[in-house]
Amino acid sequence: MLKILKYSFKDLIRSRWSYVYFLFYLLLGFVLLFLNNDLSKAVITLMNIIVVLVPLIATIFGIMYYYNSREFIELLLAQPLKRSSIFLGLYLGVAGSLTLSLVLGLGLPFALYGLFKSGDILNFSLLIVIGAFLTFIFNGLAFNIGIANENRIKGFGYAVLLWLFLAVIYDGLFLLALIVFEEYPLDTFSLAATVFNPIDLSRILILLELDISALLGYTGAIFKAFFGTRIGIISATIMLLIWTLVPLWSFIRRANKKDF
Amino acid sequence: MIQISKHSIYFLIVALLMILPQCQAGIIEVCDRCEVKTIKQGIAQAEDQDTLLIKKGVYKEFNILIDKPISLIGDDFPIVDGQEKGEIFRIVSDNVRIQGLAIVNVGVSYTTDYAAIRVVRSSNFQIEENRFENLFFGIFLEKSSKGIVKGNRIMGIARDEYNSGNGVHLWYSNNILVTDNQIEGVRDGIYLEFSDTIRIRGNESRKNLRYGLHFMFSNNNQYTDNLFENNGAGVAVMFSRQIRMTGNRFRKNWGPASYGMLLKEINDAEIIDNLFEENTVGINIEGSNRITYQGNRFVSNGWAVKVLGACYTNRFLGNDFLYNSFDLSYNSNINDNLFEGNYWSNYSGYDLDMDGIGDVPHRPVKLFSYIVNRTPETLILLRSLFMDLIDFSERVSPVFTPDNLVDAKPKMRVVQ
Repeated sequence: MLKILKYSFKDLIRSRWSYVYFLFYLLLGFVLLFLNNDLSKAVITLMNIIVVLVPLIATIFGIMYYYNSREFIELLLAQPLKRSSIFLGLYLGVAGSLTLSLVLGLGLPFALYGLFKSGDILNFSLLIVIGAFLTFIFNGLAFNIGIANENRIKGFGYAVLLWLFLAVIYDGLFLLALIVFEEYPLDTFSLAATVFNPIDLSRILILLELDISALLGYTGAIFKAFFGTRIGIISATIMLLIWTLVPLWSFIRRANKKDF
Repeated sequence: MIQISKHSIYFLIVALLMILPQCQAGIIEVCDRCEVKTIKQGIAQAEDQDTLLIKKGVYKEFNILIDKPISLIGDDFPIVDGQEKGEIFRIVSDNVRIQGLAIVNVGVSYTTDYAAIRVVRSSNFQIEENRFENLFFGIFLEKSSKGIVKGNRIMGIARDEYNSGNGVHLWYSNNILVTDNQIEGVRDGIYLEFSDTIRIRGNESRKNLRYGLHFMFSNNNQYTDNLFENNGAGVAVMFSRQIRMTGNRFRKNWGPASYGMLLKEINDAEIIDNLFEENTVGINIEGSNRITYQGNRFVSNGWAVKVLGACYTNRFLGNDFLYNSFDLSYNSNINDNLFEGNYWSNYSGYDLDMDGIGDVPHRPVKLFSYIVNRTPETLILLRSLFMDLIDFSERVSPVFTPDNLVDAKPKMRVVQ
């Protein structure tokens, strides 16, 4: 597995797309810092971007890489190798290299602007951790879509739709539900609904850092218990972990069964 | 030369006149081994204008009545212990001075407002540099005037609102200077009711159960350079006219009913150069008219300004709104207030003519803040892409937010 991981990692590191993403994040970091000239404000803007953009990139890149390496997968399958290690290696290679370009691309400009000397290091690390989580989650989801759809166009379509759904449409439906049922107690519902969307989950983690003063403005007891204490951060992190593991598990299971 | 000597002679005469009464006044020492062993005894012996010099020690006394113009000066903070039996000092004479005492253990009562120092119908009092601990009410001024409350340290350990009192309490009192006091852990840090022409300056009011500053029906007052931090419900000011608040700091007042400052029925006030930082609501405005907000900084609040109910002809000029979750929230779509020349950190316009003023007007009210007002649970969707999209569409063509609520001249750079 490690060999395959190493191979796909190296392959990606050499590939044009990794550089494109790396340069994109680099540019984003520099532009944000240049425009804001203020580390803490740049971190806030970046958080908004990360929650939306990282899933998109991870999904598209994941599905692209999966389809591109079809032939390579078939070649590997002909060898006496364990299937799970082949696919796990691929997955970790893609997710790892994407995370690396995220960390380096954003880390460099912020480090140059004196991140390590400022109080924003904690917020920034949270941001990077969330970015990594989102990369792994959406890579896993993209691989699932890839393995379920032989038709590339369809696969791409589903992948984009998945992103659109989780990033935008889900929140729209969520809002609609909250307004329609506003007469009812909605604390538990709204927390539960957040848990079922990794993007919302990451957003909440960020809110806990940035907007805690606004969040405490709401009187609900469950909200207060969730946001006012460590429980919020811990449970959101656990849920993100589950969100990472479940798509991966389902992908490996399917890969083991699939007739190539 | 002649002129100077003339001046110095006048000066000498004036100085002598000032010193003279003090020379006549005697000093009575109070201590364990002195002739006078208790403060009460000292007061009984004292003539007008005398000074009681209270040496270090513990004086277990309460219900001390000061009914003549004397000074009580503590030497290295002697402890006056009320043993939680009731009121400690009651001043009923003009020209009384209390300085440098440590007053502890005021009695708690559900029917009487026991205070460490109560001033009743007196004027020209000075209460300076005392320390208060384990108290019910700290300094209670009742129908008094022309006094100074300065440099006191009031440290309470209040837990419940019903059995705790206020740090500095003014009731029907006028022309009083409350300055450089440090107040913690009481119900309301500074409380004013029916008190006019008061100056509150340089005080620090922290960690109080309810309000850092609370006033009602108190007109023509000035609040300058105070710090209100971490109070249960921030600062509440109600039903008053001609208030001037400048250079105050309101910080870290968190909670569902907590405000940096709650304004209710405040008219013709000036709120200038204050800092509102990390509060759930920076300023909550209800039924307040003709107020000028100028040069204030709103930093990292949940809501910087929340406008409820009828608020007319208020002016917001040259304020900084930095990184608030919501800059402004309205609960109606009628606006009669003016916003001009403020800096909004989430302003997205441009400045092509380089005059430092954005070319596109800024709309500070987000549609999302309306939705949150209606259904508070939707707060969980804060900073969601979907919300940004509908906020954007609302900004392009306002339907729910007041059409004329714009800052026509948003600043491109931070004002302060």
